Amino acid sequence: MSQSSVSTLGSTGSEWAVELDDVRKRFGKTEIIRGAKLQVKEGERVAIIGPNGAGKSTLFNLISGRFGLSSGQIRLHGERIDGLRPFEISRRGLARSFQVSNLFGKLSVFENIRCAVLWSLGYRYVFWRFLADLHDANDRAEEVLKMIKLDKKRDIAAVNLTYAEQRALEIGITIAGGASVVLLDEPTAGMSKSETSRFIQLIREVTVGKTLLTVEHDMGVVFGLADKIAVLVYGEVIAFDTPEAVRANARVQEAYLGSMLADQQAGGH
Amino acid sequence: MSKAQYFHYKPFNLGRLMVWGGFALLLIVAPLVFKSSLALTVLSQMGYMIIICLSYNMLLGQGGMLSFGHAVYTGLGAFLSIHALNFIGAGTLPLLVSLVPVVGGLAGAAVAALLGWVTTKKAANTFAMITLGVGELVFAMSLMFPEFFGGEGGISGNRVVGKPFFGITFGPQIQVYYLIAVYCFVCTGLMFMLTRTPFGRMLNAVRDNPERVEFIGYNTQVVRYIAFIIAGFFAGIGGGLTALNFEIVTAESVHAARSGAYLLFTFLGGALFFFGPIIGALLSVLALVLLSEVTKAWLIYLGLVFMVMVMYAPGGISSLVMMNLRVVAFGKMRRLWLSYLGLAATLSVWVVGAAAVIEMVYHLQLEAGSGDEVRFLGTVLNIQSANSWLASAAVFVVGFALFELVRRRFAREWGGIQEEIEQELHRRGNA
Repeated sequence: MSQSSVSTLGSTGSEWAVELDDVRKRFGKTEIIRGAKLQVKEGERVAIIGPNGAGKSTLFNLISGRFGLSSGQIRLHGERIDGLRPFEISRRGLARSFQVSNLFGKLSVFENIRCAVLWSLGYRYVFWRFLADLHDANDRAEEVLKMIKLDKKRDIAAVNLTYAEQRALEIGITIAGGASVVLLDEPTAGMSKSETSRFIQLIREVTVGKTLLTVEHDMGVVFGLADKIAVLVYGEVIAFDTPEAVRANARVQEAYLGSMLADQQAGGH
Repeated sequence: MSKAQYFHYKPFNLGRLMVWGGFALLLIVAPLVFKSSLALTVLSQMGYMIIICLSYNMLLGQGGMLSFGHAVYTGLGAFLSIHALNFIGAGTLPLLVSLVPVVGGLAGAAVAALLGWVTTKKAANTFAMITLGVGELVFAMSLMFPEFFGGEGGISGNRVVGKPFFGITFGPQIQVYYLIAVYCFVCTGLMFMLTRTPFGRMLNAVRDNPERVEFIGYNTQVVRYIAFIIAGFFAGIGGGLTALNFEIVTAESVHAARSGAYLLFTFLGGALFFFGPIIGALLSVLALVLLSEVTKAWLIYLGLVFMVMVMYAPGGISSLVMMNLRVVAFGKMRRLWLSYLGLAATLSVWVVGAAAVIEMVYHLQLEAGSGDEVRFLGTVLNIQSANSWLASAAVFVVGFALFELVRRRFAREWGGIQEEIEQELHRRGNA
């Protein structure tokens, strides 16, 4: 696309894996994202937190191309991706998961994963080769199945999985294509405490060496998983720092975090 | 887990060889067993209907695209083929008559390529509406351009043209049948192979969840568009075969009613399995040729069967077959056979009652001039007699009530068994 020629730095020239520059998004008259700025380094794990309605999911939808921006720029490895369609962004190495599992219901677990590896291995719209002969795609799919621990459910249709298994498959589809930047939208939503801690371990394993952005509500998860925390309040990033620094940040406490932490402690967390 | 497990497709897999070998054998042997000219007509039509229904299902079952305009591609394929045939006859086109259906296929693909990019932009309702519109457009055009479409009389041709190829003139119907059989086998094979390719699998993914497909690198419109063109190609081949079979093509062949029939029978056969549309194709010819001989009200029956299937078995016949095979495989059929017996008994009572009423209504409305009596299953019903009406209605109502009772019981048992099977599958997965 022509947008890429606008960028001044090549894909290796930028130190930022993901860069949001004054990103704005209006729905009608309401501005949901109001000039969000964020610079995420290669390999960093960033948790995005914020009160309900702060625009966390919207931000992910903008980065992944599901919605267009109203103004501003988004860069992936220094290359502009705002204005591109989801599949174009995906081909540039950014993958995302969804808050509500977004699977290929009638296909088996194995097929779900294999679909997600095909493009990255260059098979595209190929209709003159058999899937069974594509050893690299099959091996990669098997490998991902083992990583997400669904190898024993490989032939079950995605709709028939349990909730936690569907969440795991959701992550599997997201990372299967080998994207270098991974966005996870509330990966542990709806899970029990024990499932959550197991799941965090899983996320840690499958995103080794990748740049990770995740939306998360569970503060325990956030402080355990993230190198840095971005606090989004009313469509603006009001703080972006290490967990310790964010915890101590007076503005954050005032806006959001303090009250929430207090709640959780009072709740016998 | 062994590496070999995912090789579902093995080129020399014995089971597969037997299925395809059996299919080929069936195509070869069928006209030797059923020798009457009616049988040959039926078999020939079954051959190309299989191709057409399978091509339709590439859209409906594989890609989740509900098309109301498939006859555009079969019909235009048929028209191009009959023109090609006439060019061969005039000596201006050096082509073997046996390759004329390929001309139809290329025409179908070309038309699909031309119209498809707009059509496939969206799936679901938008897609359905656009195909409906395109279908109407092409039918309207068929009346506007009589040079190409032949007006009311259509375009006729003569398939016995050109030099005989190894003594094959396509004069006798049996030669046309075997040509259709060869196309049927090759096209079915190709369409099956397509379901085993990366493109075929992504088409399923687009059906299940187009949104997610865009986030794993694929442009859903391109996937749909390619499917649309390939479906147009095979539809065109089917159309070309109809042209050779009947030696005449009329505007009816692009009409919405034809598209509707493809949809109806593909659905009846079942869109969820590859072989479903084959069952649908066989049914379609049986209905069109044989049922229409048995009763003049055959369209009413067809509509009723369609409604009942939509309500009770939306997966079509193939799905019923596969679900029951699964029950057998898990050794639970013993618990169902009594219910099946009950279903069959009550259903036949219901059907007999319904048929009696339908035949009498049909007679009263359309054939009252030919007397008051209707011969029905060995008895005689009189449309002037209250007894006939009451008895028929009573059989219908009682049949339906009993059927519904048995069906509810059956549905509970069935649901329980399916749940057990799912749990068993999960247990195996966890083991």
